[in-house]
Amino acid sequence: MSAATDPAVDPAAATARSTYREALREALREALRADERVFLMGEDVGRYGGCFAVSLGLLEEFGPERVRDTPLSESAFVGAGIGAALGGLRPIVEIMTVNFSLLALDQILNNAATLSHMSGGQLAVPLVIRMTTGAGRQLAAQHSHSLEGWYAHIPGLRVVAPATVADARGMLAPALASPDPVLVFEHAGLYATEGDAGGAAVGLDGAAVRRAGTDVSLVTYGGMLPTALAAAEHLAGEGTSAEVVDLRSLRPLDEDTVLASVRRTHRLVVVDEGWRSGSLAAEVAARVAEHAFYDLDAPPERVCSAEVPVPYAVHLERAALPAVDDVVAAARRTVG
Amino acid sequence: MTAPVDVRRTLLHEMVRIRRFEERCVELYSTERIRGFMHLCIGEEAVAVGVLGALAPEDAVVSTYREHGHALARGVPMTSILAEMFGRASGCSRGRGGSMHLFDAARRFYGGNAIVGGGLPVATGLALADALAGRSAVTACLFGDGAVAEGEFHECLNLAALWRLPVVFCCENNRYAMGTALEREHAQTDLALRAAAYGMPAWPVDGMDVQAVAAAAERAVTGVRAGSGPCFLELRTYRFRAHSMYDPDRYRDRAEVARWKDRDPVDRWRDLLVADGDLDEDGWARIVADVDEEIEQAVAAAEAAPVEPVEELTRFVYAEPS
Amino acid sequence: MPSLGADMDAGTVVEWAVAPGDRVRRGDIVAAVETEKSVIDVECFEDGVVERLLVPVGTKVPVGAPLAVIATDRSGPTDAPSADQQAPAPHPRATPPVRQFAKRHGLDVADLPGSGHDGTVTRADVRAALEAPAPSPAPAPSPAPAPSSAPAPARLPITPYARRLAAERGTGAEALRPGPDGVVRARDVPDGPSASAPTPAREVVAPAEEPPPRATSDGMRAAIAARMNRSLREIPQYHVDAVIELGAALEGLRERNRRAAVTERIVPAALLLVAAARAARRVPALNGHWVDGAFAPSPTVDLGVVVSLREGGLLVPTIPAADELTLPEAMTALRDAVTRARAGRLRSSDAVDASITVTDLGETGGHAVHGRIFPPQVALVGFGAIVRRPWAEGDLLGVRPTVAATLTGDHRATDGVVGGRFLHVIDDVLHDPEEWS
Repeated sequence: MSAATDPAVDPAAATARSTYREALREALREALRADERVFLMGEDVGRYGGCFAVSLGLLEEFGPERVRDTPLSESAFVGAGIGAALGGLRPIVEIMTVNFSLLALDQILNNAATLSHMSGGQLAVPLVIRMTTGAGRQLAAQHSHSLEGWYAHIPGLRVVAPATVADARGMLAPALASPDPVLVFEHAGLYATEGDAGGAAVGLDGAAVRRAGTDVSLVTYGGMLPTALAAAEHLAGEGTSAEVVDLRSLRPLDEDTVLASVRRTHRLVVVDEGWRSGSLAAEVAARVAEHAFYDLDAPPERVCSAEVPVPYAVHLERAALPAVDDVVAAARRTVG
Repeated sequence: MTAPVDVRRTLLHEMVRIRRFEERCVELYSTERIRGFMHLCIGEEAVAVGVLGALAPEDAVVSTYREHGHALARGVPMTSILAEMFGRASGCSRGRGGSMHLFDAARRFYGGNAIVGGGLPVATGLALADALAGRSAVTACLFGDGAVAEGEFHECLNLAALWRLPVVFCCENNRYAMGTALEREHAQTDLALRAAAYGMPAWPVDGMDVQAVAAAAERAVTGVRAGSGPCFLELRTYRFRAHSMYDPDRYRDRAEVARWKDRDPVDRWRDLLVADGDLDEDGWARIVADVDEEIEQAVAAAEAAPVEPVEELTRFVYAEPS
Repeated sequence: MPSLGADMDAGTVVEWAVAPGDRVRRGDIVAAVETEKSVIDVECFEDGVVERLLVPVGTKVPVGAPLAVIATDRSGPTDAPSADQQAPAPHPRATPPVRQFAKRHGLDVADLPGSGHDGTVTRADVRAALEAPAPSPAPAPSPAPAPSSAPAPARLPITPYARRLAAERGTGAEALRPGPDGVVRARDVPDGPSASAPTPAREVVAPAEEPPPRATSDGMRAAIAARMNRSLREIPQYHVDAVIELGAALEGLRERNRRAAVTERIVPAALLLVAAARAARRVPALNGHWVDGAFAPSPTVDLGVVVSLREGGLLVPTIPAADELTLPEAMTALRDAVTRARAGRLRSSDAVDASITVTDLGETGGHAVHGRIFPPQVALVGFGAIVRRPWAEGDLLGVRPTVAATLTGDHRATDGVVGGRFLHVIDDVLHDPEEWS
């Protein structure tokens, strides 16, 4: 992918190439420098340097007050992030993985997402929660799931999934600027990917067309973007022109971009690492069916994870996850 | 050590406000002016008045779903509390919260939280914000004995002690987690002892004695404000009424309830003031009349208040540009 | 045991206020029950005689349990409180909103084939029935079989986008050939219409989001069935006939055609059309609509023309202001309307609501047609085949070309004498070349 096909990134502002991980770190560093209300807290974000080394070196630069190691108390430190946001700070809370976020789900759903509405608009929770998501590293069933769709279900939250290095670099600033709680899902498989980091902040909302095409729309987000792009490349070799839409924001969903793409291609394949039942993929497919039904020239397809807890053994894990071949096959079915 | 007469009378006046307000709420509930879940703190007024009275305006408060008394003692106007319970637009949460979710950002009253233990992390974070910003404010976190069994209690006491955050953890121990008695839910019923294990000062207080509560809260707030880290108060009290409206209250012995009613914090304090010559019949009648007038005005205002237009339903889900 | 509060599951009878043999009236207090809250009176909702008390004092029963048996004045003594339980209602043929929707459009769901679960009529079925013959169907030239009882042919899977394209391009379902997987997709929709008629710019077949104009014939049959059922159910119809001698008229036409270019020749059907249109102008009581219990005359004669389709079924395009057309104009209008109808390419002007309809069996049909009025119109004109009949003129008997003209009238709006006058006017017009040539 190149910045030129990404309308959210100004190609003129593109800077040196970096990894997704470095881009996240740069964004954190920039935020901590720019606003003294900003601080990072989470398990092993400081001395350890972050479970995925995202915050490596930040403790040394900003000190333990602002790069704050927490006990293994997800509910307490996520809730403390909510309280600190209420108290005027701009906390960035890191949760090691989405599976662990369930220990803090009460705080996220019952407090972060509700306080503004429940207080009649008196309170705002300008909190950013970052967490790792996704499978692919043989970490088995308690470290590998993609539960973004659950969070995208909840009014009061904003949910984003940076899939490119530029988004990893650019989404934090607008997330911190948002008066609402923003959940940032970083797919573990993306940390080592390389790309142009861009320079300017990107928008928080709005999907991006990562590859233009005319025959089928591959709608995806986060860790599945490389899979979808690889499938599009393969399909091009067969003479099928696939458009790849990166949702970027899972809540709110940029319905317009998705619908516009489907109206061009008349075929939809949603690629989502979450489980199929009740998934984000289901939401996208439903919206297309609702609003672009008469533009569909084939039933919408979904390529999702097998409905099993993610297994350990490499061949089983691979079989459970959406693969390029699965996307290609689904796209072929839609073009008939 | 005796407080000045006007302070003593104010404590009484505040407790009577809470008591008579809630008694009126029962009436309004039975005629369906108030709906939803409603939890009364009748019997626990000394805790509300004693703890909240020890706070400064810049301090923060996080409470539970049994928070009418806390909100009143914090200075949230009775009219806006009652309007909220009526579901009106002029309610302190614009009709979106009801009895369990009273909020007043201007008074740093961060709500009734209806998830047991759910407020402790928020209070810890509010204190973290004050500490990081270098402000001298403290956060009072009120919760019940049921919350002590929740994971949040242990996570947050540990975190607050670890980071020496300015939180006063106020456990309003009324001996029942809804219908489950203290000794049926806790292996160690000395709750202060458990808090002390996290390395903070912690002690039990007679929650039926407003003077004792006020003194303990004063001491705790002063220490916390001075930077000594969090503190834990176990305020031993009792609710005279059921857990909520329409709770058959089958889990308590009538004799037990009667025993605690003998220690009614309002009666005790009034009698003490009378005995000390600080209050006479007229003075008492005046307090009651003043309170009743305030209540009736609040009822009339709530009755007359407009409801939030349904078109506004989805407002405030996300912050609105101010 | 009545429910006396949302959180009450059960109650204990603490007192009976009545005994067996007592007469009770609706509203009487018959017992007291204790709930978790308090003792509450139980009111009785029937008039009758207490036959039996089922629950002794001190017994706790759940909400909904019978407390006593009351022999109502209507039913007489019964053993069980559930004795007068009703038989389950027949399976509803449509949901109330669909029923309403159909009713709004003048259809009855009972007349429509249902494609839903257990044959339930869905909104889509109603839409299909409404849209199949674009403007309006009219009496079938031959007795129509009951369509709802016929087994539906397998439905051709067409993607929504292909369906939309077909509608936009005016492609009939018969022109769609599925791809290898048996599905009609966008690429299977021909780029242009297969019919030879040019594409008029104003051509409108249906709203863009609607299915194509030429629905499958089962949908068309369903629509015809629905309209005709309604016609029969709602309209008390009378018939009057007249055999009209056409010798002079046809001779005039022949003369005219002999002088004209082939493309300008006029067929007798056009003449009959003109005659019917002029008659409708002169007998305005038959030209209009029955709306809300009253006849509303139409200011113009918008003539519905029944066009039978080669593959079966029919369409009824409208020729607006037909009474103002000259014979050549009528001929052109008729030819165009038939061409468009058979190509499935009706225009918006073809879909104007007709004020009266003509059905002409033409050369291949029977001698006379007694058709059904298309509601809300109040009359239908029928012409049989032109046949040579023995014809008395004065005292002489000859053989002349004739046509049997029939008029079906709505008896709510007119009586047979009006219908007779109408046919008489047709006869007049046909015998007056000044009028039509």
